[in-house]
Amino acid sequence: MTDVSFGDFLLSNLQQFWEFTGFYNCTWQHLVMLAVGLFFIWLAIKKNFEPMLLVPIGFGMLIGNIPFNTTAGLEIGIYDEGSVLNILYNGVSAGWYPPLIFLGIGAMTDFTALIANPKLMLVGAAAQFGIFGAYMVSLALGFAPDQAGAIAIIGGADGPTAIFLSSKLAPNLMGAIAVSAYSYMALVPVIQPPIMRLLTTKKERVIKMKPARQVAQSEKIIFPIVGLILTCFVVPTGIPLLGMLFFGNLLRECGVTTRLAKTASNALTDIVTILLGMTVGASTQATTFLTEKTIFIFFLGFMAFIIASASGVLFVKLFNLFLPKSKKLNPLIGNAGVSAVPMSARISNNLGLEYDPSNYLLMHAMGPNVAGVIGSAVAAGVLLGFLA
Amino acid sequence: MKRKLLVLALAVVAAGASLCNAQGRTGSLFINEVMVQNDSNLVDDFGQRSGWIELYNAKFAPLEISSVYITNDRNNPTKYAIPLGDINTKIPKRQHVVFFADNMPSRGTFHTSFKLEPGKDNWIGLYDSDKQTLIDSVLIPASLPAGASYARTADAAGSWSVRTDSGADGDYITPSSSNIIRDTNPKIETFAQRDSNGFAMTIMAMCVVFSALALLCICFMAISALNQRAARKKAKAEASAAEETEAVNTPALGKDANEEIAAAIAMALHDHFDAHDRESAVLTINKVKRAYSPWSSKIYNMRQTPHK
Repeated sequence: MTDVSFGDFLLSNLQQFWEFTGFYNCTWQHLVMLAVGLFFIWLAIKKNFEPMLLVPIGFGMLIGNIPFNTTAGLEIGIYDEGSVLNILYNGVSAGWYPPLIFLGIGAMTDFTALIANPKLMLVGAAAQFGIFGAYMVSLALGFAPDQAGAIAIIGGADGPTAIFLSSKLAPNLMGAIAVSAYSYMALVPVIQPPIMRLLTTKKERVIKMKPARQVAQSEKIIFPIVGLILTCFVVPTGIPLLGMLFFGNLLRECGVTTRLAKTASNALTDIVTILLGMTVGASTQATTFLTEKTIFIFFLGFMAFIIASASGVLFVKLFNLFLPKSKKLNPLIGNAGVSAVPMSARISNNLGLEYDPSNYLLMHAMGPNVAGVIGSAVAAGVLLGFLA
Repeated sequence: MKRKLLVLALAVVAAGASLCNAQGRTGSLFINEVMVQNDSNLVDDFGQRSGWIELYNAKFAPLEISSVYITNDRNNPTKYAIPLGDINTKIPKRQHVVFFADNMPSRGTFHTSFKLEPGKDNWIGLYDSDKQTLIDSVLIPASLPAGASYARTADAAGSWSVRTDSGADGDYITPSSSNIIRDTNPKIETFAQRDSNGFAMTIMAMCVVFSALALLCICFMAISALNQRAARKKAKAEASAAEETEAVNTPALGKDANEEIAAAIAMALHDHFDAHDRESAVLTINKVKRAYSPWSSKIYNMRQTPHK
C-alpha cells in the first residue's frame, strides 16, 4: 500500500468526484440542448402549444442532457444498455409505444364526419403529398432513400407514426425526427394559416358546406372493421398502426366495451404519452443530436408541413371543379388533411369564422383530419414496404 | 348452450395451437449448406476438421431445435437427436447453426453421431420430434469435390449449387452465415440507383395511398346508400302500418271521435291493465342483497383517507 497523506487522499477523491459532476463534463452542446428543452417547456406552459407533448419532451431533453462521465460505466444514460431510461426507451426503439398511442387515438376519435361524407377521405390522401414532396427534397440534399423516407414522414404530422417509421428505417435519426415532428405539430397554428390565406380567395373562404347527414350506429361499427380489412389488405405493413387505430375505434363505437374504450383513451394514452414524450426528449443527447443532419431534418420537416398543408388546400380547390355548386367544399378544410388531430381542424374552423362568423367548419374539417391519420399510417406502411 | 359453445371454442383453439406447435419447424428450419470433405475449412473447438451441416432458421422469431433428429440414413430417422438443455439450440431469428458430422457426439451438442462419406451420395434428413415428420432433406451428390460445399443459392431457397470458395460471382463457402453476403440493403440500393430524385416513389406511394382511401370511400358510399335505402324502406313500412291501423280504428271510433274520447279510452285501458312505464330504478324499503365483487368495489379504486 502506497504511503499517501490524508490531505492527498481527500484531494484525489474530491478531484475524482468533481470529474463525475455535470459541471466538469459540460460542453456548449449540452447547454444548447438544455436551452432548447427549457424553450419547449416555456412554449407549452406560457403559449399553451401542445402542452401534453411539449412538457414531457422538454423535460426529457433536460434529463437526457445533464452532462455526466460517459466513460465511467454508470449505466444511467438512455443509450446505456440496461439503464432505467434505456428500458423505458425500448418502447420507442422497438416501436411499441406508437401503436399503443394509436389505440388511444382510435378510442378517442369520432369518425362520424368522415362516414357522413366519405369523399373527404381523398383530401386526407392528397395531404400525404407533403411526405413524398419532402422525400424528394431529402434525396436532393443527399440523404439515402431509407433516411429520406424516415425524415419525410414528418410531413404526415403524426408523431407516433414518425417515431414508428424512423425506428425501423433510420434509428440513428429518430430523436431528431421525433422532436421535429412534435415541434411542428405544436406550431401548426403558426405554420398553416398563412399558407391557407395565400392559396385561397375571399370568395372561397366563405363557402358554406352542406351540414353532414346523420350517421347510424351500425355504420360507425362497420367503419373500423371494413377500414381495417381494406387498408391493411392494400398495405399490410400498416397493420401495427392501423390495426390498433381501428381496434380502439371499435371499442368506442360497439357500445359494449365502454370501460375498455375509456381506459384506452384516457389512462393508457396518458401513460404512454408520458413515457413516449419523456424518452423521446431524453434521446436528444447533445453528442448525438447536435449535428448538421439535425438542422437539415428540421428544415425538411418544415418543408414537409408546408407542402402537406398546401397540397390539401389545392386538392380541395381542384376537387371543387368537379362538384356541383350545392356540394362545393370550403378549401379551408384542406389543411386538415395532415393528421394533427384536432389542431388542424380547429385552425380551419377559426379561419372560416374569421371571414364569416356563421360558418362553422369544425365538423367538416374533422373528416379530412381523421382521414389524414389513416392516410399517414398507410403512407408509413408504403415506405416501410418499399424501403425496409 | 353458451357453456358448450365456449368449451367447443376452447377445444378448437387448443387443437389449433398444438397443431401449430407440431408444424412450427416445417417450412422454418432448413438444411442450408453442407460440406462433406473438409480439408481446409471450418475447425471445431477441438482443432479438428470434419464435414459439417449448416441449419437455418427462416422464421422472424427464435426457433428451438432440441429434440429434432439429424440423420444420414433414411431407415433410421432418429440417428442423432439434438440434445435438450443447451441454450445454443435456440436459433435466433434468420440465423444459422453448424453441426460437425464427426461421429463424436460426446464432444458436445453440435457434433453428430455419424460421418458424411466422401465419394458417395450422402442423403441428410431432418426429422421433427415426433420421429415421423420430415422437416427437410437433401441429397449431396457423390461428385462434390473435396473442400467444396453444397449450398442453397440463397438462404432457404429451393435451388442448390456447388461452391468452391473462388470468390467469383458470390462463390463463397459460408458456414454459420448467410449464403449470400450482402453489405447493403438491395432495396435501398435499387431505389438509390433507379429513383435518385424520388419521382417513382412519389407516384407509386401516392397511388397506393389514394387507392386505399378511395377504396374505403367507395365502400362507405355504398354502405351509406344501402343504409339509407333500408331506412327509407323501414320508414315507408312504418307509415303504411300506421295508415292501416288508422283505417281499422277510424270506423270503431266514428267520425266524431275526438281527442278526449281517445284519451279516456287510453286511461281506462291503463287502469284496467295496471300498465305503467318501464322504470330504471325501484324505490323500496326492503333490504337489497347483491353479490359482492371486487371489480366494482370502491375500496380498490379509492385512496384511503390518511390517518393522523
